Amino acid sequence: MSTSGSETERLARFNVSPRRRRKDRIARGAILGATVLALIPLLLIVYYLLIKGLGSWSPSFFTTDPTGNTFFKSSSIGGIKSAILGTIEIVALASAISVPIGVAVAVWLVEYGKGSWFAQLVRFFVDVLTGVPSIVFGLFIYIVLIVGTGSSFAGYKGSLALALLMLPVVIRSAEVILMLVPDALRESALALGAPRWRVIFSIVLPTALPGMVTGVLLAIARAAGETAPLLFTAATTKNTNFNLGQFMNSLPVQIYNDVTSPTTAVVNRAWGAALTLVVMILLLNLIARLIARRSRLA
Amino acid sequence: MTSNGSSLRTADVEPDELMEPGQARPPEIPSTKPQAIVPPAPSAAPAKPGLSVRLEKLRAFYGDSEQVKGVDLDFRANEVTAIIGPSGCGKSTMVRCINRMHEEIPGARAEGRVLLDDFDVYDSSVDVVAVRRAIGMVFQKPNPFPTMSIFDNVASGLRLSSRRGGDLRSQVEAALRSAGLWEEVSGRLEEPGAGLSGGQQQRLCIARSLAVNPEVILMDEPCSALDPIATLKIEELIAELKQSVTIVIVTHNMQQAARVADRTAFMLSGELVEVGPTQEIFTTPSDSRTEEYVTGKFG
Repeated sequence: MSTSGSETERLARFNVSPRRRRKDRIARGAILGATVLALIPLLLIVYYLLIKGLGSWSPSFFTTDPTGNTFFKSSSIGGIKSAILGTIEIVALASAISVPIGVAVAVWLVEYGKGSWFAQLVRFFVDVLTGVPSIVFGLFIYIVLIVGTGSSFAGYKGSLALALLMLPVVIRSAEVILMLVPDALRESALALGAPRWRVIFSIVLPTALPGMVTGVLLAIARAAGETAPLLFTAATTKNTNFNLGQFMNSLPVQIYNDVTSPTTAVVNRAWGAALTLVVMILLLNLIARLIARRSRLA
Repeated sequence: MTSNGSSLRTADVEPDELMEPGQARPPEIPSTKPQAIVPPAPSAAPAKPGLSVRLEKLRAFYGDSEQVKGVDLDFRANEVTAIIGPSGCGKSTMVRCINRMHEEIPGARAEGRVLLDDFDVYDSSVDVVAVRRAIGMVFQKPNPFPTMSIFDNVASGLRLSSRRGGDLRSQVEAALRSAGLWEEVSGRLEEPGAGLSGGQQQRLCIARSLAVNPEVILMDEPCSALDPIATLKIEELIAELKQSVTIVIVTHNMQQAARVADRTAFMLSGELVEVGPTQEIFTTPSDSRTEEYVTGKFG
């Protein structure tokens, strides 16, 4: 049949050309390669944390304070109890300061300030603050609250430095989430005769809650891992301390000090502390997500 | 059905305002029979009447652009008035001026008077919040509050406007019955409102605005996101609701206007062309532009 040849030709235009096939394969390969490349350091970090960190974990590691001894057997150097509790206390206070203020600023920007010049100015400064290196916040608190007042280091001063660090992250993430809340919801609540503040508290914030939790967690995770703002604000100490007006130990500072030690056992304690910090942030993440999910009906 | 729905509303919402402050309800288990709890109100009319709305020289602006250009229009009490006209002719904007939602848009403002009964809602001494409680609104897209259950959605108006007095449960039931949704959702009031079908969601939104007991309900293309069967239900509902409220409905659908409205107003480029009994507008309009629009020559 003479038509079969033209039929094949007719269908040939639907075949993928070898050139296109080759291009596709190269592009897919490149993307996969980049993904694997990015995963390598991540996996290595987790691998080393587990290998080196788990070795120093033991019940007494979590229940004893560091002794300050470094030239003796590993059993006598002590654990990281004060650092764990210190980090929890400092970060909790920092969150208690920065989260309400940050959310309030975001609510103002989205619900009231909108495109006004003052709102634009606030956004600009928030962006500038996001880019400020963490040590600058520490330095600022050091100069104002320690040199400026002639007083000494204290846990709450560390919290203040961390709160400054968290603030722009909280504001920016909360603002983005609040802008995602559909205007139709605000309008229908207003049309029901709800005053504006009620609309914000009863409709906008609950709708935005799950997203805001994520933003707040990012800020907390970042703050919990910061060493620089704590070094010369909360300083460090060996003992567990529940008074935020005193010197206070923290995980990042403990890690910083231990890593520079010549004793292997102390360096290993740094790995154990690092793993502890990662696990703590992971747990916090899980808990907050569970709470956020429960609070949402859908 | 109709009289049942409206008597429920009257029986269980109205008397709250008549009750003495000290005369607290006995703390009994929320009953499903609201009439049993509510003391009879001797002076209550059989159905709470809607109020008339009169627009006088109403002009609405977005920034410098004038979208509603001096409209005079009467919405009669307990009637359904449809507003028709091509896209962008200012129908929605005009309706949003009635409960002062227009001014929520940055840069938007309105001039002229909107009289609810005899009372100018644009008077400087007026509380916007009170205006919106008296004039409810149903939007184009069904938008139940996503974080709330069916029950909470209906109760939201009462809770948000701090008018919690009385038995919330029976008020919610009455509103759901009035919106024709009670039979479908009575067994699952605690489920999320967003889980209902589109038509049910829109009736939920109608129940939500009915719960605060408004005198006027504005509907901004309430069926444009719904299928024909859900649309029919809403239209039947509108016919029942006008017993107790004045209804203003913006619609793109001329058949819908013909089906539900007592009177119809035709708008073009921000101006009111003509208003009259629906029958007249669709059969013997006095303005040639109206005739061209309703016969499908443009729009």
